[in-house]
Amino acid sequence: MKGTAPLERHTGAAASVRRVRAVLRRHGYLILKSWTRIVSMMYYPTVTMIVWAFLTLYLAPTNNFLKDAPGFFIGAVLLWDVLFRGQLGVSLTFIEELYARNLGNLFVSPLTLPEYIAGQLSMSVLRALIGVGGACLFAFLLFRFSIFSLGLPLIAFFANLLVFGWAIGLAMSGVILRLGLGAEEFAWAAIFVLAPVSGVYYPIAVLPSWLQAIAWGTPSAHVFEGMRGVLLRGTFGWDHFWVAAGLNLGYLVLGASAFAWAMRHARDHGTLLQMGE
Amino acid sequence: MTPSDSAIVVADLSKSYGAIEAVRGISFAVRRGTTTALLGGNGAGKTTTLSMLLGVLTPTAGRATVLGEEMPAYRHRVLPRMNFTSPYVDLPKRLTVRENLAVFADLYGLRRPRERIAAVAEDCDLVDLLKRPYGNLSAGQRTRVSLAKAVLNEPDVLLLDEPTASLDPDIGDRMRTYLERYQHRTGCTMLLASHHMGEVERMCDDVIMLRAGAVVDQGAPRELIARYGRDTMEEVFLDIARGGGEERAAGAAAEESTS
Repeated sequence: MKGTAPLERHTGAAASVRRVRAVLRRHGYLILKSWTRIVSMMYYPTVTMIVWAFLTLYLAPTNNFLKDAPGFFIGAVLLWDVLFRGQLGVSLTFIEELYARNLGNLFVSPLTLPEYIAGQLSMSVLRALIGVGGACLFAFLLFRFSIFSLGLPLIAFFANLLVFGWAIGLAMSGVILRLGLGAEEFAWAAIFVLAPVSGVYYPIAVLPSWLQAIAWGTPSAHVFEGMRGVLLRGTFGWDHFWVAAGLNLGYLVLGASAFAWAMRHARDHGTLLQMGE
Repeated sequence: MTPSDSAIVVADLSKSYGAIEAVRGISFAVRRGTTTALLGGNGAGKTTTLSMLLGVLTPTAGRATVLGEEMPAYRHRVLPRMNFTSPYVDLPKRLTVRENLAVFADLYGLRRPRERIAAVAEDCDLVDLLKRPYGNLSAGQRTRVSLAKAVLNEPDVLLLDEPTASLDPDIGDRMRTYLERYQHRTGCTMLLASHHMGEVERMCDDVIMLRAGAVVDQGAPRELIARYGRDTMEEVFLDIARGGGEERAAGAAAEESTS
């Protein structure tokens, strides 16, 4: 029998970092060695971007607004996809464990829920960078639109949308853990409820007043309003930025709490070892 | 037996799901460095008990401690020194065997994971399978990978739920030999839920018999066989699982005392 020397182990923070890395490794192996997965991540944002880019080309000659801001729709669709990929990245990382019936193995290891969530969020960044990054590359190659033309505010927009996506993704993970894989569709569809009130392609002012009140409660509405400010007026709205950041903090706490509550429920009802396809 | 002699101590442990009592106030202790079988028919409460010991199921009442730490409250102190196998869980199928083991080496914070994976792969006869996706393996090969995962962190306490259920007699025997040698080398404590009575007689120092969520008898396999006046654990199991075994044990004891 091999391995007779005592095993050496990391402890404390070093062990914690390795557990987060384990979650990244597990999903990184899955994604990075499968070109079909990478293509599928880039496919939807790229095709949507191309449709909006051609619509821009069609409307721009007769539309002063688009003449001033030709990247308006393309920028909007790319940023919307940051939100979508951010949410999906968190939810799918969890759903993959259910498909694999691996949840029991993970949670009888020393992995803690905060470490697992840290892994989910890291995977979300990776998925968003691959999906949106591919679409950004095609936007530049095909239409000469660079997302970086938004300048430094791009970082603020990206971060706020990603964090909002995390909050929804964590809440959806909780819903799926509570209701089972039958609720998987929520993970794919949840974000689209927010599209009308996020003002992705139009100002919030066009919404009915009662819907505007709801819209201003979403960080995404503030981000897209901020994006229009940068593209049309050349100004960055700090007020929108801070409101979005504050809302995100609240939603992130709510999303993580929903997931933690579902985990406690699963421990009470013995579903951690049995959940799967 | 003092608590310090025991790796696992269970006291008045219960688990209910609404009106259903899956485990009803069970108490037992597992001595350090021994192998104990948790036996009972389907639905007797074996997996529920193991789940509470692993910290993935919260008891309704009672206490369970593993290596002196109360579960599930202090599970993160003891989980690095535990591991398990169960037919209720699986490993990611698209990852290779090596990738799966590398993920768990990180989860258990192992230094020099490559060396450890190589050693475990050799012990579990997995060297030729390391590059193959887990999903492409046969049921027996997957069981060996699960066992490799279970000993990867060289646990002090190993919970085994049906560890050799899908193995042919040859591979099953090799796995039992491996577990015996592993225990001899490391002093690991094993709690084994099994329906394979030959395995229990061969490997286990003690047996805990469950029926309908309660402990109905316990003792060393030879003691139980003698107490029930039977020749094998298989017969003892049938006596207890079908009920009426207690009367038979009492009868056997009376016969013994009059002879």
